[in-house]
Amino acid sequence: MPEIRVDETRCKGCELCVTACNLKCIAMSETFSVTGYYPAKLAKLECCTGCGLCAQICPDLAIEVWK
Amino acid sequence: MKLINKKPSSLVDKPMRYCPGCGHGIVHRLIAEIMDELDIRERTVGVAPVGCAVFADEYFNCDMIQGPHGRGPAIATGIKRSKPECIVFSYQGDGDLASIGMAETVHSAARSENITIIFINNAIYGMTGGQMAPTTLLGQISSTCPAGRSVAVNGYPIKVCEMLAQLQGARYLERTSVSTAPGVIKTKKAIKKAFQNQIDCVGFSMVEVLSTCPTNWGMTPVQGARFVDEKMTPIYPLGVYRSPEQ
Repeated sequence: MPEIRVDETRCKGCELCVTACNLKCIAMSETFSVTGYYPAKLAKLECCTGCGLCAQICPDLAIEVWK
Repeated sequence: MKLINKKPSSLVDKPMRYCPGCGHGIVHRLIAEIMDELDIRERTVGVAPVGCAVFADEYFNCDMIQGPHGRGPAIATGIKRSKPECIVFSYQGDGDLASIGMAETVHSAARSENITIIFINNAIYGMTGGQMAPTTLLGQISSTCPAGRSVAVNGYPIKVCEMLAQLQGARYLERTSVSTAPGVIKTKKAIKKAFQNQIDCVGFSMVEVLSTCPTNWGMTPVQGARFVDEKMTPIYPLGVYRSPEQ
């Protein structure tokens, strides 16, 4: 099943990936990362199609798309 | 399972120090991906600007030089003329390219230097603290026009692509935006063409990228992306302003 993996040490919690995801499967984490941001996470594992739009908009190369 | 978006080898594997949601990171990645795809990293020389992207040499895994404010096109001209086998790009912001570096930009376009310019337009001076730039929109608030930019005091914003399109030497001019994922994909296509033009010795190529500066705009990154779509794009219409085929 396709999925994204967010590198929490790179993610700055800008939420651009949340708006880029047409299927709304990304949400923000409720706990701080080591860098002090609320990182993005794949909230709905089953709905990710691996389209990679979130990785396209990510300014910090924090999202890996696995398919 | 397979990783479908491998990090480009033309980018150093270290976190970027730009603000959350800043468009610089996106454009850096696109340039690096294009260097990989065209296999030109070994012979590429980049010119970093003065501005937030002054650190660009820390991120790109190619030869880089950092020039005085606005002098990117002049430096790129020198490198390209002395080493024509190199692929030379100048990465500049709007305060850099459209203000202090306007003369260098216009004249390198007039001479049709075979260089590629990536122009990041975020309608404000980013690094120095959000002052008004030549590209600041009418009514837009900045630290030097706290009541909003007015025609009477500050004049009109400069539309660089439209202006350079009047010059015969400007071979390829396109304006794109990185506020949405489809916009990022289009931007990559435009930047790739600008690099390909240089390889084909077509002449002066510039891509203007409408980008965000959420920190100095006083917005969240998501609001910033919306600002680009709703406020900037009507003033700075996206599209191709000059193409070599014309």
